[in-house]
Amino acid sequence: MAEVEELNKPLFAGLSDVSIAEDIPVEGDITVPLSSHGVDDEVSTLDEPVKDTILRDLRAVGQKFVHVMYPKESSALLRDWDLWGPLLLCVSLALMLQGSAADNQNDSGPQFAEVFVIIWFGSIIITLNSKLLGGTISFFQSLCVLGYCILPLTVAMLVCRLVLLGSAGSVSFIIRLVVVTASFCWSTFASTAFLADSQPPNRKALVVYPVFLFYFVIGWMILTFSPSH
Amino acid sequence: MASPDDLKFQEFEEAADLLSADPGASTLSISHPSVATASASTGDIKLDLSDDEDNQQERSELLGGEKQSIGFWTFEYYQSFFNVDTVQVLDRIKGSVMPIPGRNFIKHHIRSNPDLYGPFWICVTLVFSVAISGNLSTFLSQMGDPHYHYRPQFHRVTIAALAVFLYAWLVPLGVWGFMTWRRSTERQTSAYSFLETVCLYGYSLFIYIPTSILWLIPFEWLQWLLILVAMVISGSVLVITFWPAVRDDTKTAAFVTMVVIVLLHALLAIGCKLYFFQSAVQTVSPGSPLTAAPLNHTALTRISKPQ
Repeated sequence: MAEVEELNKPLFAGLSDVSIAEDIPVEGDITVPLSSHGVDDEVSTLDEPVKDTILRDLRAVGQKFVHVMYPKESSALLRDWDLWGPLLLCVSLALMLQGSAADNQNDSGPQFAEVFVIIWFGSIIITLNSKLLGGTISFFQSLCVLGYCILPLTVAMLVCRLVLLGSAGSVSFIIRLVVVTASFCWSTFASTAFLADSQPPNRKALVVYPVFLFYFVIGWMILTFSPSH
Repeated sequence: MASPDDLKFQEFEEAADLLSADPGASTLSISHPSVATASASTGDIKLDLSDDEDNQQERSELLGGEKQSIGFWTFEYYQSFFNVDTVQVLDRIKGSVMPIPGRNFIKHHIRSNPDLYGPFWICVTLVFSVAISGNLSTFLSQMGDPHYHYRPQFHRVTIAALAVFLYAWLVPLGVWGFMTWRRSTERQTSAYSFLETVCLYGYSLFIYIPTSILWLIPFEWLQWLLILVAMVISGSVLVITFWPAVRDDTKTAAFVTMVVIVLLHALLAIGCKLYFFQSAVQTVSPGSPLTAAPLNHTALTRISKPQ
């Protein structure tokens, strides 16, 4: 121990006398090879501007909307599931379906809470049903698919409201009927395109029927919407 | 050792076949479970009868229909109630619509595999079909009235759901409880498990779905005829199924049980018709006073609103 101390003393003692000659170049670059550039980016999303965060999520939601409108056999909806899209669609649909509150409460259309409950509880029950029948899809993936496939029906609701602004006769009813039927078929077809692969083969119809019923009920609510006079 | 699920079905079919074909072999394997005989059939018997207690327990489970081996807090327990294929569900629905005397619905169609898929989704479909058809029929009957403003009447869905689901769960509970009590006191031979009763009632409600859609046709006599037909079909499915279980009882008890079952079934149909399909006022002539129609409509609403 004493030897080490003795060795250390002369080492540190001579440091103050070290002088660097001016003609020896001491400048240079130290480059550390960055192996995982992406990991650093994800870790630091806390520092990015809020606009970037919101836009990234919105872009993901918009991309899934495109996937729903053109249902191919892509697995993007299943892989990167999120529930923002379904929430957005459900809230906008419930707002548009808001019945007239001024009239007799007993005979009015579905209120906001009723639509919300039907959509979310319906999705949960259908997901439970498909899992109980032996489906391999996860709970939230199924909720995501069912929620996103409400998009055609929301578009139909928008069209119906616009049509009702014009007139409320039988011509408008036929237009609304055609639009709602088309979007109901589109929704059912899109959701079965995404969900069908994860079901056992001899129970596919058992899983598809509740989805059909679900979108049928939502389509019925849209079709029977009558604005307050 | 294979899972108990694999062994259940195997042991019934193979044991029954092999016992009928070769009764001597089974006794051999019981006394000498380690004897390795050449034929493959006795090897199978050895597998089946090697654990006597397990086999007896599984047989009694099959007879009783209760799934007690898995805990009710696991997901697999509830998955066992959905162990049906599309073909089986369609077959059960067909059996509920075409009652053949002598063909017990439970023994013939359910066969110790009661499912909850059929009853649940048939009840949901019935709720929506009754509510939607009722709404449509009110709309169609009031179409000529210019003062009539179409209303979706969404609260009817809630009421329909309450009525149908209470019927589909409480009545089987009552019937099963009553029959189990009679079984314990009166020495009846067979009783159905609670799930089988729920299954039977759920599938028997299927006939009301097309009936509720056909109720849209605005002829009063046709609607009552449809109720009669549906009640006869559905009631006979119930009667044919429950009769073998009840006939060992005293005559009066058996008769009263049957009557109560049919009566409750009829009450559901008539209640649905009266509440949801208020089609009493047909527009006799376009010249009828406009004040009369809304008055009758509101009077009907007050009369048929259940309290």
